[in-house]
Amino acid sequence: MAKSKKQLEARSTGTIPKTLTGISGLDEITLGGLPSGRPTLVCGEAGSGKTLFSIEFIVKGAMEYGEPGVFMAFEEKAEELKANVASLGFDLEQLEKDKKIRLDYVHIDRSEIEETGEYDLEGLFIRLGYAIDSIGAKRVALDTIENLFAGLNNTAVLRAEIRRLFQFLKSKGVTAVITGERGGSGLTRQGLEEYVSDCVILLDHRIINQISTRRLRVVKYRGSVHGTNEYPFLIDDEGISVLPVTSLQLNHEVSTKSLSSGIASLDKMLGNSGFYKGSSILVSGTAGTGKTSIAATFANAACLRGEKCLFFAFEESPKQIIRNMRSIGIDLQKHLKEGSLEFYASRPTLYGLEMHLVAIHKAIKKSKPSVVVLDPITNLITIGSVSDVKTMLVRLIDFLQAEQITVMFTALTLNNIVNEQTDEGVSSLVDAWLLIRDIESNGERNRGLYIMKSRGMKHSNQIREFVITDKGLDLVDVYLTEDGVLTGSAREARMLMEQTGEVIHAQAVSRKDRELERKRKILESKIESLRSEYESAEEELNKVYVEEALKKQIMGETISKIAGLRRGDNGGEEKNVNKNK
Amino acid sequence: MGKAYELRLYVAGKTSKSVAALENLKKLCEEHLKGKYSIEVIDLLEKPQLAEGDQIFAIPTLVKKVPEPVRKIIGDLSNEEKVLVGLDIRAKIKN
Repeated sequence: MAKSKKQLEARSTGTIPKTLTGISGLDEITLGGLPSGRPTLVCGEAGSGKTLFSIEFIVKGAMEYGEPGVFMAFEEKAEELKANVASLGFDLEQLEKDKKIRLDYVHIDRSEIEETGEYDLEGLFIRLGYAIDSIGAKRVALDTIENLFAGLNNTAVLRAEIRRLFQFLKSKGVTAVITGERGGSGLTRQGLEEYVSDCVILLDHRIINQISTRRLRVVKYRGSVHGTNEYPFLIDDEGISVLPVTSLQLNHEVSTKSLSSGIASLDKMLGNSGFYKGSSILVSGTAGTGKTSIAATFANAACLRGEKCLFFAFEESPKQIIRNMRSIGIDLQKHLKEGSLEFYASRPTLYGLEMHLVAIHKAIKKSKPSVVVLDPITNLITIGSVSDVKTMLVRLIDFLQAEQITVMFTALTLNNIVNEQTDEGVSSLVDAWLLIRDIESNGERNRGLYIMKSRGMKHSNQIREFVITDKGLDLVDVYLTEDGVLTGSAREARMLMEQTGEVIHAQAVSRKDRELERKRKILESKIESLRSEYESAEEELNKVYVEEALKKQIMGETISKIAGLRRGDNGGEEKNVNKNK
Repeated sequence: MGKAYELRLYVAGKTSKSVAALENLKKLCEEHLKGKYSIEVIDLLEKPQLAEGDQIFAIPTLVKKVPEPVRKIIGDLSNEEKVLVGLDIRAKIKN
């Protein structure tokens, strides 16, 4: 009943009914799982994960989707199987007791069997049918029916019977996974199963440059579209995780919120705000230019804001990074303890690129950070070609942008072609690119930082000197002189020199001032003496004038007196006489 | 060979192969094991739960439980020579 309801639902959406496998990532590639009520072939070489795939399909069905399942093993005994999957946390024993799954081991031993005349595999069908009916199974896994060919001689019968088996499974309405060994030129040894299955999934385990990568491909899927690429997958303690490459559209949400880089002067260069949230930032530079320090500062800033940061270290161990960052005044240990910072350290050569990507995916899905640091991506090149690394990063950036996670990569640039290529390759993907350059002069090496690009930001075009102090990172204006750009101690020396110059200059100025003052004083005193000279001359002149006037007056008076005496007869004359006497 | 033979023949309904197998078996036992055999015919259509126990996957299958070792002979038992070898009645003869 439940099944028919599901089928109706699926039909209304216009596709064939599908059954979720519960294998992470696979359901996205197949757009909803395996075809319901039909057989699916999972083929691959030895050790490619076929058995795990089939058992996970059954167990997840029983545990997560309430669909009981039958697992019919031709290779491993039930006990072996139970022990093997116990490491994945699958308790088959309990599930079997709860009648959610049923294990049936079909033992075929050639030495015990003699074939005489006509036979068919009705016994197997009855057995399977009984197992299905006894728990009302919706899912069936057969691992691996090819073993029949190893145990029996009459291939003509077997081929016919396998065809019938697929029909039988369809008539039972169960969603079946049949595993097949890969061989010869076809997908399976018999070249039969792939034609009678409605869906074929190929598992592959390739070793390139001594590093293994597991891949999965949906070869065919009747009546449905599906992803046709090869998708890398990972087998770890949680089973299989397949990584669907990228969403096909470029329609992520974007944010105008920005995050501080942790270096105030760098934020200023980035239009006063820092990086956009959800953007990707590349920090590249030659060895020892402080890329990890920038990354750690960025992580530290995120943690201080109370955000979660995931630090992928491909070069140094977490402890090493913590110790080294302490020397520039960044305490990562504290964040680690508080849980806002998480490290994920692995050697690049541990596994292939794709596997790294899957592992990164998983780690991010698990801890849901808002900031991710990858330090450095260059080391990944040791395990893959440039284009491989690029595709991997495209996928990663795509995924991170969809999740609105800000990511900072660091990349080492050497003066060789391969690495420059990566720089260029990656640079078109990232939103912001900081480049740290060595500036060599006067027998020392200094760091110059500039912003190559920063999408959607009015960023500075200056080259700044990047200094690492025990209090953290800082950017200083480089010193521009007539001799060119000065950095490091040359800059310091120049600054000192100019300071001295200023003092000397100031002194010179004051000396001149004093001299002038003195000159002024001399002149003033000269002016004073001249004035007094002038005054005395004027006085002299005045004296002459007064005397002259007095003379004139007195003379006038005397004349008039004489005249009066002459005109005034007795009185007058007598007086004169008396006077004369 | 004084021991009794316990033979089980698994069939699924009355198909021509099953019928042929049973006829062949009876004839053979009468010829070679007269008086010291027992045949149990199990129809899996009726008792499907028995298929797992004896590891049956092909039909028809003859299982020799006793004497040891356990042997299985699948098919309609039309090749007498092979059946006898399978039941350890006759040693394997080259060619």
